[in-house]
Amino acid sequence: MSDLIRQSAATLAAAIANRETSAVEVAQVHLDRIAAVDEKVHAFLHLTGESALAQAAAIDERIANGEQLGPLAGVPLALKDVLAMKGEPTTAGSRILEGWRPPYDSTVVQRLRAADIVILGKTNMDEFAMGSSTEHSAYGPTHNPWDLDRIPGGSGGGSAAALAAFEAPLAIGTDTGGSIRQPASVTGTVGVKPTYGGVSRYGQIALASSLDQPGPCARSVLDTALLHAVIAGHDPMDSTSIDADVPDFVGAARRADVRGMRIGVVKELGGDGYQAGVAQRYTEALNILEGLGAEIIEVSCPHMEYALGAYYLILPSEASSNLARFDGMRYGLRAGDDGSNSVEQVMAMTREAGFGPEVKRRIILGTYALSSGYYDAYYAQAQRVRTLITRDFNAAFEQVDVLVSPTAPTTAFKLGEKLDDPIAMYLNDVATIPVNLAGICAMSLPVGLAPEDGLPVGFQIMAPAMADDRLYLAGGALEAALTDKWGHLLIEEAPAL
Amino acid sequence: MTTPPDIYLPYDDAISRYEPIIGIETHVELGTNSKMWCGCSTAFGAEANTHVCPVCLGLPGSMPVVNRQAIESTIRIGLALNCTIADWCRFSRKNYFYPDMPKDYQISQYDEPLCFDGYLDVTVATDEGPQVVRVEIERVHMEEDTGKLTHAGGSTGRIHGADYSLVDYNRAGIPLIEIVTKTVIGAGRLAPEVARAYVTELRDVMRALEVSDVRMEEGSMRCDVNLSLNRPGDGWGTRSETKNVNSLRSVERAVRSEIERQAAVLDSGGRVIQETRHFNEDTGRSTSGRSKEQAEDYRYFPEPDLLPIAPSREWVEELRASLPEMPSVKRARLMVEWDISEFELQTLANAGAIELVESTIAIGVDSSAARKWWTGELLRVANEQGVELEQLSVTPQDIKEVESLIASGALNDKLARQVFEGLIAGEGSAEQIVAARGLAVVSDDGALLAAIDEALASQPDVAEKIRSGKVQAAGAIVGAVMKATRGQADAAKVRALLLDRLGVSE
Repeated sequence: MSDLIRQSAATLAAAIANRETSAVEVAQVHLDRIAAVDEKVHAFLHLTGESALAQAAAIDERIANGEQLGPLAGVPLALKDVLAMKGEPTTAGSRILEGWRPPYDSTVVQRLRAADIVILGKTNMDEFAMGSSTEHSAYGPTHNPWDLDRIPGGSGGGSAAALAAFEAPLAIGTDTGGSIRQPASVTGTVGVKPTYGGVSRYGQIALASSLDQPGPCARSVLDTALLHAVIAGHDPMDSTSIDADVPDFVGAARRADVRGMRIGVVKELGGDGYQAGVAQRYTEALNILEGLGAEIIEVSCPHMEYALGAYYLILPSEASSNLARFDGMRYGLRAGDDGSNSVEQVMAMTREAGFGPEVKRRIILGTYALSSGYYDAYYAQAQRVRTLITRDFNAAFEQVDVLVSPTAPTTAFKLGEKLDDPIAMYLNDVATIPVNLAGICAMSLPVGLAPEDGLPVGFQIMAPAMADDRLYLAGGALEAALTDKWGHLLIEEAPAL
Repeated sequence: MTTPPDIYLPYDDAISRYEPIIGIETHVELGTNSKMWCGCSTAFGAEANTHVCPVCLGLPGSMPVVNRQAIESTIRIGLALNCTIADWCRFSRKNYFYPDMPKDYQISQYDEPLCFDGYLDVTVATDEGPQVVRVEIERVHMEEDTGKLTHAGGSTGRIHGADYSLVDYNRAGIPLIEIVTKTVIGAGRLAPEVARAYVTELRDVMRALEVSDVRMEEGSMRCDVNLSLNRPGDGWGTRSETKNVNSLRSVERAVRSEIERQAAVLDSGGRVIQETRHFNEDTGRSTSGRSKEQAEDYRYFPEPDLLPIAPSREWVEELRASLPEMPSVKRARLMVEWDISEFELQTLANAGAIELVESTIAIGVDSSAARKWWTGELLRVANEQGVELEQLSVTPQDIKEVESLIASGALNDKLARQVFEGLIAGEGSAEQIVAARGLAVVSDDGALLAAIDEALASQPDVAEKIRSGKVQAAGAIVGAVMKATRGQADAAKVRALLLDRLGVSE
């Protein structure tokens, strides 16, 4: 089998299962690829090559013994460094967790292991998932494989870049305000933010508990669905995980049919502020969907304009509390421990030394927003806005089956371009954030390259809570039509590196 | 800077000039098998940091899951305290940094407690007889306990000035409920007794519900006492909060001491500072802790990792129907069954002896004998040692053994006291102590007759009186015999033998 690194996860799993290749060979070619290109891309913070090869060998042996394994058995995966993996460094992109090795597996990792997916390593991210570019990683930025001078998106830029650089066919991300979808958008890959509670958060280092959600990333809609099916479902360890039947994502991705589907264009998530090439590819995609038999309807969600403001109160508030535990007392970094400082001083010095500027900015914002006397004006008010946005979505979903928008206002911007302008950085997520606030699900998939810069454009599909299968039904149809048009997936046009 | 030592106004003076207002916050560790958010054991006394997991250590990524049994216990407590049970309520995060808190926030309840607006009636003894006081309950809410800090080095035993501190997270995440009273106004002189009676009654309610072992000495029930004084007719004064009040006796002492202290401050024209004070069991006084003048901002917000609690009406009613007999009802029943007055029962209750007496009776000891030992000799020793009755190493079974030795004539009451002394000192079982201390009643008639003859010979005049019919003079001879046998004779028997010897009858 030629060029294993360019194969889909589904194809690799089938080839491993029928022994055209082996899990060890597949793992090895990806590790070789990482060795060859990751110096340029810097998608990975930590590799687990040895355990990956051992796991792959065990899988090969079981296949040789005639065991029937799962649909992704032996396929390699890149894991965002925000998910706990037993015995392996887990930093969330922060200095403050340097050296910490969790004594337990997150539920997502447990399910990946149970599905015999081979974890190659931990991917780079903005510190504690705060950012849209990976430039806030304490370990240096990740570079976009399409243009190494550009950002790969964030916070999950490492996972998206690993896919686009053919370092792994599957990846796990986490999405609090767009951290799966925006990186997918700017790297020409596919990412899904599942319904809140659809995938267990247990073992995901929390940024904002009411918004965080782990999800699947891949280079095709079907691969994304296959991975989603592995990690989805109720987890007794996460009280907020939904105890209900998981929709058939894979079946939907295979059916890939929008005939009769009512697709709503969110008026407020488009127009001004969107790069011309983004708007152009977005409109073309809408036309394709219409041509496939979908009905395109414009809908209004009037409170969307307040989403960013509400988000930047709720997220920092929850983050200020979630990140309190990084105090140098139990694990990770400890500064000032020379016997001359009090416990409060050691805590303060540790946090001063261990957190980067964006993290500090948000902790200060959140601490302020929760303070007595300000709580009602900020946090409580933001929660009311959140309710209004949820109602907007509910009303929209009475008229349509899915909603669509561009994923991000622009294609990948230059590294350093927005680093000193937090508001410009925050505005990247204007179309993705409402989804997290409402707890619904959404996908980003590539719909072409912007003519002006030749960089990928992402298309966002949003569906009601627990209707994630609709994302695959619509996304699969759109992807199939585009693949027919181009003769290949968009990712095939990515530079060889 | 050293603070000047506290001064105190004598209690009677203090109470004649000022009116105390008290409020009591009680933390009770629930007796669930597992912790509030994880499956770790709640057993007390294990090696440090062995009952821990990623959840109760608050490791990055871990998440809490509510212990249903803890919710059930809290609802039952709320119902027993006549509270309204919330239809829907949430946990909140209380944010503050402290090394005993694994997450640097405590999951608690803030503005949405599970139970609220209840009351508990308590009885206090007064010169005019028993008086019932209704203590209103503001709220009963759930939270998690913190780890336990041990500070090494330094003179204060506190974190400041310690060379280093050790943390044991075995306690972290143990379900804790906090019961907060409304302000108790108008208790006046009886404030210390009301406080003690309330905590005692609360403890008895917890025991009846079997939701906690309520061992104050192990910290499974702890009280904070809020107290302020004001001159009659004036507005409320500034309150202090006395922490570490960890026995029933201390509750009473802490209130009394704080009344005396604040009265002295006010009398000298000073200002009571809003502060946390630490009660010292040894001195019976409190020392100033951190000032609360600048109230800490805990930045409460609803806990996003947990779903709201919404107990169904059916479940609450089911729990209400299955509540056990409440201690006050039980006391009314016991007064009838044991044929005792309310005052006697109150004495038993205040001594914390009701359950002990009950268990003693339950294994076959006569009711009056059971009460006699627990509220007599044993209570005397407990008070002397400054401990609770149940902390004495005497069990109902021990009482039963002593009683059967008395019934068989092998012991008398006086010797029995020495047996209890031995039991408290941990010298073994009653029989072992009788043997080891040589306490058996002298029942050999020959030995007793010899002693009688000796006594008669040394007091011939008394012997003559008795012979002449003055039977009441026999006491002198019996006393001499008892003395000669070092109390190990049965006095009644000695008397019978003596009269027989002298040929007289009663």
